Amino acid sequence: MATPTKYSIWSLLRNAGSYHQNWQRVWRQPTPKDEYEVIVIGGGGHGLATAYYLATVHGITNVAVLEKGWLGGGNTGRNTTVVRSNYLYDESSGIYELSMKLWEGLSQELNYNVMFSQRGVIGLSHDRHGNDEQSRRGGAIHLNGIDSEILNVAQVRALVPIINTSPNIRYPLFGGMLQRRGGNARHDAVAWGYARGADARGVDILQETEVIGLMREGSRVVGVETSRGAIRAKRVGIVVAGHSGVLANMAGFRLPLESYPLQALVSEPIKPVLHTVIMSGKVHVYLSQSDKGELVIGASRDAHNSYSQRGSFHLIEEQLAALIELFPIFGRLRMMRQWGGIVDVCPDASPIIGKTPIEGLFINCGWGTGGFKATPGSGWVFAHTLATGEPHSINAPFSLKRFSSGYLIDEHGAAGVAH
Amino acid sequence: MKQQPYRLPTGGRIERNRPISFVYDGRPYDGFIGDTLASALLANGVRLVGRSFKYHRPRGVMTAGSNEPNAIVQLETGAYAEPNTRATQVELYDGLTAASQNCWPSVGFDFGAWTSHFSDLFPAGFYYKTFMWPRSAWMRYEYFIRRMAGLGSSPRVPDPDRYEKMHTHCDVLVVGSGPAGLSAALAAGRAGARVILVDEQNEVGGSLLEETIAIGNDPAMSWANKVREELIALPETRVLLRSTAYGYYDHNLVMISQRVSDHLGLSERSTDIPRQILWKVRAKEVVLATGAHERPLIFPDNDRPGVMLASAARSYVNRYAVKPGSSAIFFTNNDSAYKAALDMHAAGMRVSGIIDVRSDISGSWAQSVRDAGIPIFENQVVVATHGKSGLKGVSVMKLNPSGDGVDGVTQRVHGDVLCMSGGWSPVVHLFSQSRGKLNFDVAKNCFVPGTPVQASITVGACNGSFLLSDCLREGFLAGTEAAKNAGFEAIVPDLPDVQEPELTEERAVWETPNRLPSGRGGKRFIDFQNDVTSRDVELAAREGYLSVEHLKRYTTLGMGTDQGKLSNVNGLAVFSRCTGHDIPALGVTTFRPPYTPVTFGVIGGRDVDHLFDPVRKTPMHEWHVSSGALFEDVGQWKRPHYYPQDGEDMAAAVKRECEAVGSTVGIADASTLGKLDLRGPDVKKLLNWVYTNAWNKLETDRCRYGLMLGENGMVFDDGVTTKLSDEHYLMSTTSGGAGHVHQWLEEWLQCEWLDMKVWVTNITTQYAVAQISGPRARDLLAELTSDIDVSPQAFPFMSMRCGTVAGISARVFRISFSGELSYEINVPANKGMALWRALMSCGQKYNITPYGTESMHVLRAEKGFIIVGEETDGTVTPMDLGMDWIVSKAKKNFLGKRSLSRSDIIKSDRKQLVGLLTDNPDYVLGVGAQIVSQINESPPMPMEGHVTSSYYGPRVGRSIAMALLSGGLKRQGETVTVWDRGNIVRAKVSSPVFYDRDGDRMNA
Repeated sequence: MATPTKYSIWSLLRNAGSYHQNWQRVWRQPTPKDEYEVIVIGGGGHGLATAYYLATVHGITNVAVLEKGWLGGGNTGRNTTVVRSNYLYDESSGIYELSMKLWEGLSQELNYNVMFSQRGVIGLSHDRHGNDEQSRRGGAIHLNGIDSEILNVAQVRALVPIINTSPNIRYPLFGGMLQRRGGNARHDAVAWGYARGADARGVDILQETEVIGLMREGSRVVGVETSRGAIRAKRVGIVVAGHSGVLANMAGFRLPLESYPLQALVSEPIKPVLHTVIMSGKVHVYLSQSDKGELVIGASRDAHNSYSQRGSFHLIEEQLAALIELFPIFGRLRMMRQWGGIVDVCPDASPIIGKTPIEGLFINCGWGTGGFKATPGSGWVFAHTLATGEPHSINAPFSLKRFSSGYLIDEHGAAGVAH
Repeated sequence: MKQQPYRLPTGGRIERNRPISFVYDGRPYDGFIGDTLASALLANGVRLVGRSFKYHRPRGVMTAGSNEPNAIVQLETGAYAEPNTRATQVELYDGLTAASQNCWPSVGFDFGAWTSHFSDLFPAGFYYKTFMWPRSAWMRYEYFIRRMAGLGSSPRVPDPDRYEKMHTHCDVLVVGSGPAGLSAALAAGRAGARVILVDEQNEVGGSLLEETIAIGNDPAMSWANKVREELIALPETRVLLRSTAYGYYDHNLVMISQRVSDHLGLSERSTDIPRQILWKVRAKEVVLATGAHERPLIFPDNDRPGVMLASAARSYVNRYAVKPGSSAIFFTNNDSAYKAALDMHAAGMRVSGIIDVRSDISGSWAQSVRDAGIPIFENQVVVATHGKSGLKGVSVMKLNPSGDGVDGVTQRVHGDVLCMSGGWSPVVHLFSQSRGKLNFDVAKNCFVPGTPVQASITVGACNGSFLLSDCLREGFLAGTEAAKNAGFEAIVPDLPDVQEPELTEERAVWETPNRLPSGRGGKRFIDFQNDVTSRDVELAAREGYLSVEHLKRYTTLGMGTDQGKLSNVNGLAVFSRCTGHDIPALGVTTFRPPYTPVTFGVIGGRDVDHLFDPVRKTPMHEWHVSSGALFEDVGQWKRPHYYPQDGEDMAAAVKRECEAVGSTVGIADASTLGKLDLRGPDVKKLLNWVYTNAWNKLETDRCRYGLMLGENGMVFDDGVTTKLSDEHYLMSTTSGGAGHVHQWLEEWLQCEWLDMKVWVTNITTQYAVAQISGPRARDLLAELTSDIDVSPQAFPFMSMRCGTVAGISARVFRISFSGELSYEINVPANKGMALWRALMSCGQKYNITPYGTESMHVLRAEKGFIIVGEETDGTVTPMDLGMDWIVSKAKKNFLGKRSLSRSDIIKSDRKQLVGLLTDNPDYVLGVGAQIVSQINESPPMPMEGHVTSSYYGPRVGRSIAMALLSGGLKRQGETVTVWDRGNIVRAKVSSPVFYDRDGDRMNA
C-alpha cells in the first residue's frame, strides 16, 4: 500500500515547484473483489467513517464501501454543516459527545483539513416556556459534562450584534442556549478525508456500484448483488441515509422510519457578518455563515413522505420570512442556490445503530435531520459493531429493538428542526 | 453634460433626451435612461470594474446580461445597500451610486492582489491540505480566510422595502421574449389562451434588442413591439417584464421574481409600490424560450479587462450605442463573432482582425468581413494577452497540423477589446430544474433539452436553434401546440420572411492549444468569478475527484453568483480532456434553482413584522388591555399573563389573584381552549378509540376528562369532553393543541377508519369562554341566570347546563382547573365581551378578581393537575403520571394501548410524576432543574429526574414543585437532591396534589 503524501504547507510548496503535476490520487478506482470481510453499503460520511475506523481501530482492511453514485453525494453533501453535542438524554450525550471529541482532532487524524470551526451554536428562546425548556436541557447537558451556557438577551446580542432584539416583534427574543464547542465543518471534506484515509489503508471504495439485492444463506447474509455483479462478505453494514427503508426492504425487514424531503439554501457570498450558528425552533430557521461568505440557511422538513430530493417552495418562503424576522438587515440579500435531500426519521428522532433481524447484517440509519454532526462517532461505533458483531456500549441503546421494548430516546426537542 | 468618450453619436435604444448622472467608486459620471450600469461605465471608459474572488485579479465587464461573472458591484449604501449586483443588469437611474467590491483600498490598487503573486500555492482545494498545524490555530487561519472571502457587504440596517406575492394560473406560460418566445406567445394568445409572457429585461425582444436583420419588412425590434402591442391588446394575455422565471418546480409551478421599482431613482421609490413581486404561476403548458449564452474561450490571461464575449460587444454597440473600446480583436471558433465584427465596423470602430481557430473559412459571413477589409487570421489562436489592468493587444500563433499545439512565431495584434466566442450554450436551467434530461448535441457542441418530463416545450436557441428564422418558426409551432394542449383551437401564424446568411460549422475547440502546458504561463480561466482555471480542473482530475460533482465541489467551479453560466460547459470540456471520458459520459451537475439569485425579501413577502405569524386575540382582549394586563404568547394566542395593580410585580399580582380565587371569586378568559364539535352516529366509538378511558356510560349533559395518547403510548393532549346528545359531543383540547388534535382525528377518520361516521368541526373561535372560580362562583352565576338551577344537586360537578347567563344564551360547564368551585360559561364569540362585563359588574360585590395564565398555572399546580407540554414532553405515559385510573382495562383497544404493554414501558423505575417540597419552604425551584442521584465536585453527575413545574403556592403557603423522578411513585417521603442552576437544593418527595386532596372545594 502506498503511503499517501502527507498534506502540509511543505508538500504544497514542494508541489508548487513541480506545477502540482505530482499529487497523488486521493483514492483509487478499484475493481470489486469477489469477497470482502466487511461490506459497507453507502459511501457517505457515515459509511466512509465506518470503513476508516474498521481499518484504523480494528485492523480490518479487507473492506469495500459500495456507493451507487459519487461518494459524499447524499446528505453528506447536502446538509447545513452544523456540529454540536447538546442533546438531552444521557444516551444521546454519549454518541454526540464522542463525535464532538473526534471532530476536535479530525483534521489532524485524517491529515485532511475538514475546517472544523468551533464558532459556537446558539439555540434561541422566545418565551418563558422556551427558556424553561432550555434550562432543563442546558442543565442536563452540563451535568453530563458537556459545555452549555444559558444566555439572556444581552448575552445573545453581544455574540450576535445584528440579531433583532426589539421587544416589539411578533416573538421577541428571550434568550438562548450556547454551546461554544459547537460550530461548522466543511461537509465535502469530511467525506473526502475519510475516503482518502480508508483507501490508503486498503479499503476499496466502489463508486457507481449500486446494491440491487442482498444475498442470504438461511438466516445469514453472505453478500450483496450489485450493478457490477455479486460480492460476498462475512458482514454487511447498511448506512444509506434517505434510502434506508429501501435497503431494509431488499433484506426483507421493515424499519420504523419515515422519509421526508428537507431543503436548504445559501445566499450569495458576503463579507463576514455572522460568527456563530443561530437556530430558532419558534421563529423557524437556522443559519450560519460559511467560510466562503455564504449564509447557509435551513428550516423545516416537508410534511409529505418522498424520496425525490425535491421539497416544496412554500417552506423556503416560510424560512426566509423567519430569517428576516430575526435578521431584518438580510432582506436585500439574495438566495443563490437551493436544494433538497431526504431524511429518514425515527419516531423518537434518534438513530438506529446496530443489529437487524438478519444475522451478519447491521444497520445505521434514522439520523433524521441531524446526522452530519454525528459522522465521526457514528462511524466509530458502527465500525465496532461490524468488527465485533455486537454494539458498543455507546450505541447499544440505539437498537432497532427499542421500538418493541419502548426504550425510546425522544430527542424531538433537541433536533434543530421539527421532525 | 460631461463627455462620454465611448458613446456612439447615433443609434442604440437609449433615450438620449433623458441624460442622467450617477456615481461609481466616488466619481460622478453621466449616462442615459436605457443604459445599464455596465453600458454607462463602458461609455465613460471605465473598464476596470472589479476584483476576482481568490486572486484579486483586475476584471472588466465580460457580458451584457445575467451571465456576468466580473462586474459585480455594491449598489447604493445604508438601508438600500445591495451587494453582489450585476452591473450588466442594473438599469441606470438618476443618482445611482455604486462601488466596486472585494478590493481595498481601491479597485485600481488592491492590496489583496498579493495573493496573485503566490497563486502557485493556492491551487484548487489548497485549504484541504494545509492550515492544520498547530491544531489550535485553525480558528485564527480561518479568521483571515473569512475576511479574504465573501464579495460585497451586507446592509447593516433593516430593509425598508415592501414585497408582495401574486398567485396565478394560466394556460400557456412563455419564458423569454426573444423571437421564439414572442412568436409562441402570439400564436397561443391569438388562440384565446390565457398567456403570460415573462422576460427578465425591461423590454421585450431578447436577442432582437441588438439584431440588425429585418423580420418581414420591419427592423427586428419593430416586429417585436408590434407583437407586444398585439399581446397586450388581447384580453387574456399578460406581459411581465423585469421578471425572471427563476425556478421550475413540480406540477408546472414556475416561480417568477418581478422587479417593480428597482429601476427607479431612490427618490422616486415609494412604500406604496412594492419593490419586487414574487409570482407563483401554475401553468397548463410552459414554453421555454430562454435563449442561449455565448461561451468564452479558454486561453492564457483570458480575464484581462477588455476581454469580453463577442455577443456582449455587439449588444453594447447596437443596443446601448457604446464602443466597448477603441479597436477590437475577435477570437472565435464559429460565425457569431463575424456578425459582431461587422456591426462594430459599421459603427465606426476599428477592427484589427478576427482570429479564427478554423481554416478554409468560407460562407457569406466571412465574405462580408473580407469585403469590409477586416483581416481574418485563419487556423490561429491567441496565446497571450497584453496590458496590465486593461487589454493592449494579444499574441497569436498558428495551430500545428494536428491542431493540438501551436507552431511558428508569435504575431502581435493590437487592440483594447478582445471579443471572444466559443460557441453557444442553450439556457437549459429551467428545463433541467423541471427534471428534464439533457442530451449533448455533438454537431452543435452543446447540451440541448431532451424529452420533457412536465408539460413543456422548448424552442429557439434554448433548443439549439441559432437561426432567427428557426426561432420564429419553432415559436409559432410551440405556441400553437401549447394552446391546443390547453384546450384551444389554434392555427399556426404565417411565418414572416427573414433573410439571413447560413451559418458555417463551428469547430469544437474549448481550451485553445498553447505553447506551455496549462500549469504554466498565464492563467486560463474557466470560472472567472471563482478564479477556477484549467489547471485547477486538471488537478482535480489528477487527484481523482472524478465525478463532475466532485469537480464542482473541489474546485468551486460554477458555484459563484453567476451560477456557472459561462463556466459549466467549458469546465466539462477540460475535464473531459483530463479524464478521457467524453462530455456526454461525464454528464452535468444539477442545475439548482434559482436561475439568477432572488432577494430574500421577496421570498419572505409580507409574512414579516406583525404579519410574521397571525396574532390571535380573544373577544375580551380589549378589556384585558384596558385593565393593564400583561400578555404572554400561547401558541399564536395572546393571553393575559397577569393583571398587575399599583406597580405590583408578577409574584405579588399572582399571589393576590390566587388568594381571590381561593377566598371569593376570580375570573379568567378561557376562550383559547380548543373546542371541537363532534357529530355523527359514531362519535362514541371515536372517543373510545382516541381516549384511554371508556365513554359508553357517559350521560347526556355530563362531562368527562380524557387523555389522548400517540401510537407510542405517550400523552399528547388532554381535555374535557361533554355529551350534548347521543350523536353530538363537544371536545375541549389544550389551547395550543386544537389544531394538532383536529388533524389527528381527521387523519384517523380519513385514512384509517373510513367507515366511521363522525364530523369534526373546530369551533374554538366561535365561542368566548369566561371561567369563574372560587367559593362565591355559584352565587355570582345564580344572580345572572334565571333558567339554570345552580344548586349542587341540580348542577353537579362535571356536568353541563344550557340556559341564559346575563341575558345571553350560554352553555355552562361545571368543571374546574383551579381546584375551586368553578364554572366555564361559553357564549357566542360576539357576546363574549358583554358576558365578561356583566360578570365583572355583578361580581364587584364579591371583589371579583381577573386572573391570568400565571395564576391559572399556580392554581392547577397546587391541585396537582398536569399541563400537557409541562408535565409531559412526549415521553410520559398515563401510568408515569400516576393516572392509571384513566386507562381502561376493560376496553379492547384504544390508540396507544399496545405500546403501553411494552417491556420498557411497564418498568417500575421509569420517570414518574411526584411533588417536591423543598426543605426551605420559600425556595422556588427553577423549572427544568435536574434531580441528581449523586453530588460530585464537577460534572458529570448522574441525573434521575427533573422539575416540570414550580411555583410559590399562595393557597398552601409555601413553594411547591412537580417533577418527573425515576421510580418516583414509590419514593414518597424520600429526600432528593436538586441541581438548580448550580445551587444544590434538598427537597422531599410528596404527592403532586398539594391542595384540597379530597376535592371537597371543587365538588362543593
